Amino acid sequence: MTATSKTAESRVENAHEPFISITRRTSSTIGRSLVVRTVAVVIALIICAIITVVLTGENPINVFVSMFEANFGNLNLMMVSMQELAILLLVSLAVTPAFRMKFWNCGAEGQALFGGLAAALVMLLWGGKINDILLLAATLISSILAGVIWGVIPSVFKAHWNTNETLFTLMMNYVAMQLVKFFIKIAAKDGSSVVDPDMLRFSTESGEIFTSAQKFLIIAGFAVIVTIFSFIYLNYSKHGYEISVVGESENTAKYIGINVRKVIVRTMAISGGICGIVGFLLVTVSSRSINPDIVAGRGFTAIMVSWLAKFNPLIMILTSFLLVFLKIGAGNVAMNFRLSLSFSDILTGIILFFIIGCEFFLNYKVRFNFCRLGSQKKR
Amino acid sequence: MFKKIMSIALALVMIVSCCAVFASCGDNEKEKLGESEAMLAAPEITKDFEIPAEFKIGLICLHDENSTYDNNFIKAMKSVQTALGLTDAQVLIKTGVAETDDCYQAAADLVNKGCKVVFANSFGHEAYIVKAAKEFPNVQFCHATGTTSKYSSKDVPNFHNAFAAIYEGRYIAGIAAGYKLNQMIEDKKITADQAVIGYVGAFTYAEVISGMTSFYLGAKSVCPTATMKVRYTGSWYDQQAEQEAANALITKDNCVLISQHADSVGAPTACEVAGVPNVSYNGSTYKSGENTFIISSAINWAPYFKYIIKCACTGADIDKDWTGTIATGSIVLSGLNLDVIADGTKEAVEKAIADFKAGTIHVFDTSKDNFITKDGKKLTEYLADVDGDYTGETNVIHDGFFDESNASQFRSAPYFDIIIDGVTNINTNFGD
Repeated sequence: MTATSKTAESRVENAHEPFISITRRTSSTIGRSLVVRTVAVVIALIICAIITVVLTGENPINVFVSMFEANFGNLNLMMVSMQELAILLLVSLAVTPAFRMKFWNCGAEGQALFGGLAAALVMLLWGGKINDILLLAATLISSILAGVIWGVIPSVFKAHWNTNETLFTLMMNYVAMQLVKFFIKIAAKDGSSVVDPDMLRFSTESGEIFTSAQKFLIIAGFAVIVTIFSFIYLNYSKHGYEISVVGESENTAKYIGINVRKVIVRTMAISGGICGIVGFLLVTVSSRSINPDIVAGRGFTAIMVSWLAKFNPLIMILTSFLLVFLKIGAGNVAMNFRLSLSFSDILTGIILFFIIGCEFFLNYKVRFNFCRLGSQKKR
Repeated sequence: MFKKIMSIALALVMIVSCCAVFASCGDNEKEKLGESEAMLAAPEITKDFEIPAEFKIGLICLHDENSTYDNNFIKAMKSVQTALGLTDAQVLIKTGVAETDDCYQAAADLVNKGCKVVFANSFGHEAYIVKAAKEFPNVQFCHATGTTSKYSSKDVPNFHNAFAAIYEGRYIAGIAAGYKLNQMIEDKKITADQAVIGYVGAFTYAEVISGMTSFYLGAKSVCPTATMKVRYTGSWYDQQAEQEAANALITKDNCVLISQHADSVGAPTACEVAGVPNVSYNGSTYKSGENTFIISSAINWAPYFKYIIKCACTGADIDKDWTGTIATGSIVLSGLNLDVIADGTKEAVEKAIADFKAGTIHVFDTSKDNFITKDGKKLTEYLADVDGDYTGETNVIHDGFFDESNASQFRSAPYFDIIIDGVTNINTNFGD
């Protein structure tokens, strides 16, 4: 693969090779990938530091320290960031099986939201009226079911009529969002468009049954279980193998007797189900409230988490940590240095750009032809 | 080559002619008088108490400075910080805090960082702030626009609500609008019956209805034939929708003056293009409407911030519920646009301000004839929902006026939600 055109080459007699030549790497070692990634992060941090000094005049070290503090400053903050990590990880795990199948599920946002809506509905109807354990079970089951329904609808269309799943799932997000708005309109009778936690309550006097620590443990517990499940399911089960084959080539899958339609629908049911769990965790466990923005874009961030980790559930722990660390850190930077949130977004963007960009250097070999540069200078 | 020279020459001709045209326009127009001094400026905050070196206050905002609503709080907090000589480390401002458990976590984090007072600015923050207040009884929690401090959260002594009687400011702005309408009638530009005001609201809530009605009453107090048509956008900040709503009011509904309760410059911009006078909100929009802007009212949160800081530092109790008024310095009015206002406006505005300071007028005066009526009848009783259970239960009309935002008796957040005679909702929007 050459980067320059033929006319440019013919003008330079002494060097037949272009100045930059890019070839695909056939093999990549873990050592190299570690070095490349570390270098990418270091360069990103240096550029962030320069931009920080130029634009704000703040000491960049302090900015990074402040990011770190926001995530690990004390036990509470650690719990908050780990909880955030767990939720993002769950959404990422949800989209992964479909991605492995090359089914581009951009609807995790809507699937989680719809799951949350089911939880909110159950709590609104039965909260405080039935046993809390029963209520929890009912909300969890209905959330999962709702998530499954929201995931299965586009997959059925894809499997039978080959509709475009990206557009379909994206549109389902908006449908879910509007349904939540409709729910709020009915639930929040004062027209305030806010669902007060008092409306979604357990039978205790405060309406709450979990402490912050318990909430953290529940959410983290789900994340651990689903991570282990996903890892085994995707790598060591027959289903996981079928997903990979369908992803590689549908024709091969058909040839060896895999029911492609069934695999597509089944996989999206799993994706949707995990999203449903996220909806349950956000609505029933964490906030006891719902608004159209409660998933807060995690359905889309998850796509990046999953891609960055090359669809490996264990590496996703790292990549989702990275994104959560940056997001929480950014908020603290904005507070400590009186900067707009947009500035922290710029820093996050730079760091992500380098991390994604360095993939190029892992997949391709870049060689500079300095010979040619020398010959050009002579002329 | 010829082409190049020609094109440069043509460009030059165009530039020169443009300059000439604009210059001549400028010559024809009379000198602009511009905007007057603020009619009601924010009072200076003075430091009349000792602040311990370790004192900290936390501010939780739904969005950041890019939202005019949040910016109003951030600006007020920064001005108090400067006036009281606090450092950045003593005034912690968290922006972009969602109306979910994130809000509780933000509050808990501020307490951990040493804040003695935490203030949250969005309606949906309330439940999470109450939760934090229960958990940290030694820290004071204040919440703007909330409704529960004297009702469902009355047993949480360190939780407080606050709002401002912005309807006073809007009433005065309405007087300026009424003078403008009268001028149009006198100049025979419109007949008395055509004095239709257009109003761009965000949602069909008490907060908006209270504001628009007080504005309408201000106008009606000087121009008795004035009526008002309202369109709601369904968003607190949507420039496109606000501009479209204003245009529709002007072209379809034949409105001759526009005001708004939404946070962008959509309506002022539409008015400037159409040449229709505009009364704005949340600070002067003179720059967006040099030929149409009249006056603007806004809430000034600085006096409340000073009040809660002072209470926290001196150990005094913060009121469970608090309403800022013109008298407390919580309402500010921009300057008047001297090129647009009718004669006598300035004096009338000054008189109204003095009346409010003296407490001699009520905005929602139900005793006046042909002023506040519903289906042709005067209001003598109205059951408002002040305890937040969605059903009206408290009569808020007494002594001949509707007692809006009475924090000591009822609550600070608005509860006037009557569409009175003379006001027409073209559409409604309770949040889709």
